[in-house]
Amino acid sequence: MTALATPVAESVDAPARRNRRPIRPARILLYAFLTVMALGWLAPLLLAAYASLRPYQETAQYGYFSWPHKLSLDYYKQAWSGAELPHYFLNTFLITVPAVVLTLFLASFVAFALSRFTIPGRKTLLVMFTAGNLLPPQVIVTPLYTAYTKIPLPEWMSSSLSLYDSYIGLVGIHVAFQTGFCVFVLYNYMRTIPIELNEAALVDGASVWRQYWQVILPLTRPALGALATLEFTFIYNDFLWALVLMSSGDKLPVTSALNNLRGQFFTDYNLLAAGSVLVALPTLIVFFALQKQFVAGLTLGANKG
Amino acid sequence: MAHNVSRRALLRGTLLGAGALAVPAALAACGDDKGGGGGTVNKNVTFGSNYSDDVPKKAFAETLAAFDQSKGYTTKINTVDHNSFQENITRYLQGNPDDAFTWFAGFRMRFFAAQGLATPIDDVWEGIGANYSEAFKIASTGEDGKKYFVPFYNYPWALFYRKSLWQEKGYAIPKTIDELRTLGAKMKADGLSPIGFADKDGWPAMGTFDQLNMRMNGYDFHIELMAYKQSWTDPKVKAVFDLWKGLMPLHQAGANGRTWQEAAQDLGAKKSGMYLLGSFVAQQFKGADLDDLDFFAFPEIDSTFGTGAVEAPIDGFMVSKKAKNPDGAKEVLKYLASAQAQNTYLKSDPSDVAANSQADASGYNALQKKAAAFIGGAKQISQFLDRDANPTFASTVMIPALQKFINDSSDIDGLLKSIDSQAKSIYAT
Amino acid sequence: MTSSPLTAPAPAPPTSPVGGRRRRHLRKFTRRDVGVFALLLGIPIALDLALIWATTTASIGLSFTSYNGVTDIKWIGWRNYELIFTIYEPFWRAVRNNLLWLGILGLIATPLGLFLAYLLDKNIRLTRVYQSVFYMPVVLSLAVVGFISQLVYSRDHGALNVLLGRTDHPTDWLGDPNINIWAVLVAAIWRHSGYVMVLYLAGLKAVDSELKEAAVIDGASERQVFFRVIFPTLRPINIIVLVITVIEALRAFDIVYAINSGRNGLELLSVLVTANIVGEASRIGFGSAIAVILLTTSTGFVIAYLTQIIREDRS
Repeated sequence: MTALATPVAESVDAPARRNRRPIRPARILLYAFLTVMALGWLAPLLLAAYASLRPYQETAQYGYFSWPHKLSLDYYKQAWSGAELPHYFLNTFLITVPAVVLTLFLASFVAFALSRFTIPGRKTLLVMFTAGNLLPPQVIVTPLYTAYTKIPLPEWMSSSLSLYDSYIGLVGIHVAFQTGFCVFVLYNYMRTIPIELNEAALVDGASVWRQYWQVILPLTRPALGALATLEFTFIYNDFLWALVLMSSGDKLPVTSALNNLRGQFFTDYNLLAAGSVLVALPTLIVFFALQKQFVAGLTLGANKG
Repeated sequence: MAHNVSRRALLRGTLLGAGALAVPAALAACGDDKGGGGGTVNKNVTFGSNYSDDVPKKAFAETLAAFDQSKGYTTKINTVDHNSFQENITRYLQGNPDDAFTWFAGFRMRFFAAQGLATPIDDVWEGIGANYSEAFKIASTGEDGKKYFVPFYNYPWALFYRKSLWQEKGYAIPKTIDELRTLGAKMKADGLSPIGFADKDGWPAMGTFDQLNMRMNGYDFHIELMAYKQSWTDPKVKAVFDLWKGLMPLHQAGANGRTWQEAAQDLGAKKSGMYLLGSFVAQQFKGADLDDLDFFAFPEIDSTFGTGAVEAPIDGFMVSKKAKNPDGAKEVLKYLASAQAQNTYLKSDPSDVAANSQADASGYNALQKKAAAFIGGAKQISQFLDRDANPTFASTVMIPALQKFINDSSDIDGLLKSIDSQAKSIYAT
Repeated sequence: MTSSPLTAPAPAPPTSPVGGRRRRHLRKFTRRDVGVFALLLGIPIALDLALIWATTTASIGLSFTSYNGVTDIKWIGWRNYELIFTIYEPFWRAVRNNLLWLGILGLIATPLGLFLAYLLDKNIRLTRVYQSVFYMPVVLSLAVVGFISQLVYSRDHGALNVLLGRTDHPTDWLGDPNINIWAVLVAAIWRHSGYVMVLYLAGLKAVDSELKEAAVIDGASERQVFFRVIFPTLRPINIIVLVITVIEALRAFDIVYAINSGRNGLELLSVLVTANIVGEASRIGFGSAIAVILLTTSTGFVIAYLTQIIREDRS
């Protein structure tokens, strides 16, 4: 790639100016490269989506890599109603949204506290949080399950009268597990924010809460945006905790509903593909919604000086 | 920087946090029993089910709805997807299980009965015993001699083939292993894969082992081996693997990369001559293709044993130990063991066969009718390796071992030694 | 270095770079401050200790027993570890595969993610579309990953063999234990790059465009701009991504599990743990021992790295 000196110096505030510039060959190369990569990335997904539009008997006979005889959205309808997707989507949101919000809130405060203040044992705390995220989750399945069945909860908090088979328990383990990762990421990110901002705020008489909420948090927005997307994806796609800590079929999240599309023996893979496309949609929507937070060039350098 | 949070404050905070979490735990749950006070019959029964795909789910709901109507009960089905249900079973039974639940016969059933996780149901069997053959009774009995299981349906393992293909090529059904070899050679010359084979999922190859072992060494030896009362290094077991090694060229190549559905597709596309699988292979076929499907028993190897042993895994139900309404659960099971219930369920099923001997066979398709006769005429019924043996052993030892054997069948002694030493460590605990 | 927020109550701009040494006399914390600390630090600490560390300790304890989930716990000392290192067939294959995974992720997937983020950070149109495309594999659930791998890699029916024209002696991409790990690693790169890209995109936002402009005006080539200006600024993100890469490599699970439950050449340590604990197998003590081995390996690395960071912090 040859030097692209001038375009780097442009700011996005002037797209009109950009349009009037001639397109450089290096730019074309860039677009071409990205497009080829993107197509390569998408190819398997497109193949799966293509399969979801064709009946199983057809692909069984002609193979997946063949021209279509019949294309329809039947499998999507079947997946939507047969796997009761709306019901399971609701379950998933009841788990995922509180988990993501709580995780980011708590983790950002912990990272804030550890990076800005001399807290006793902060090195230990940092190691504790980070290392806690290292383990494969399967490690703690049995003790966690045992503990959950033994902790009673009142009826209004859990219909099963214990942490086992309750959303509170499920959200709790998600928060505990993901907080370690988020603390680690946000701690490293916050270390780059100058300490003077804190001290200036303190001189002004700002409380710890205000420093956190009004000074530091807005500065970490890109990292928070990236983390929110990733966390939503992870927690949404989780199947292990739900598998182990829930026993009521109708409280399970949508990843389990997808498994319902699989038979004991026979699986209609095209139907499964249709269901998977539907199930993947919310995470993509969240990604689009939060993209602004970490798409480069939008607010960079806007308030310098 | 001079900001110091005192240790005391931090400790206080942690305790407060822990307290905030513990408060709900401290609140005593003063709930009373759900449904039914003393004296009246509890007519609410919960049922844990792994019938998670569409058709079986609907059929099962229909069956239980009929029960509800006739006896005035209210059953609540708690459906969890098939795989998750099985993987979770130990936790489920110790946690908060439903009154009754779906499960399988064999070691898998006896294991949980022996752990005290299931309720004995001899009283149910008093009413239904007359309709079940001895083989089913044995399969439903725990190690302590009590009954824990009620059968619902089962399905046989056999060699499936397409009638039209065999007619066209002039193939005849082999009755002995030598005839099978000759037929295989002929099929190969005709450009087919004689025996379809797929073991990407790990368990299908167990079916081949079971058939070979039962034909060569008899049903009794096979069951003892499953329970690890015989050693895997026994020369009889080695003989089975040697025979299998000799038959390998007749099996479809690249089995470890192929799912059973793909192999069934090949059977349907007339690329392979026959395929050893359970009758659920019929779920892959529709219409005329389904009518073209037929099966025969795995040929005889040793005439002392003949072909009397049939591999036909049984699916059924049990009552959990922690059931809140065990009597209600037993009522449901009694109903489900009846021919009427099984017929209702099987209306929409193209491959399974009712366990009750009085079940009405008129609604079956041709394949099912043949399967019912096949199982009915069996001398002994086995449950499949992963249901007859310790499940840990089956999944963590046998699956990798068989896949290794398929990749490389040269060092059979080494393989068997490895299987045996691992089996020892598992069955010993 | 970073852009200022919009609603900072402290109007005083930063006048010195990070690490100013002037000590001011600052007020102590109010009681409310301490309360906020206590609650918002206390809850996550309590959660972490109770749900993660207490249970991990319990698991470490279980690894010395022959617990099967139902019957009584029996102490057997180091026997599980002995069995794992000597007669447990899949163990060493799993170790090899995890190391391969680490190498490929570290040498190919992560740099690729950085490269993509760098390209997409330039002001190009459709950047959001490209980002979404590269991120999509991260979003897929287990079920469809298994299906896609079959679509592409299946010996008889897969797209790859059709494209390569191999119909007579098709390559068994998934069933041949000598090559299937490589087929799977391609899928791992496919997923990991998008994940890393998202993190780097956030990090690249922190790069001061004026510094970049200055360097360019000074006559630096694009390469020099990248390595002298951008890369150093990415240092915090690099640390994050490095640790994440190691964690993901050691914890890798999804793809192989979806393809064939992690067998026949696709063994991984986390899959072995699952096979023994979560499934019907119920060999809790044994599975916990494998998990402890995995945990020890991961923790060793991270503690070493974190000590280094904290040491740097002090200097």
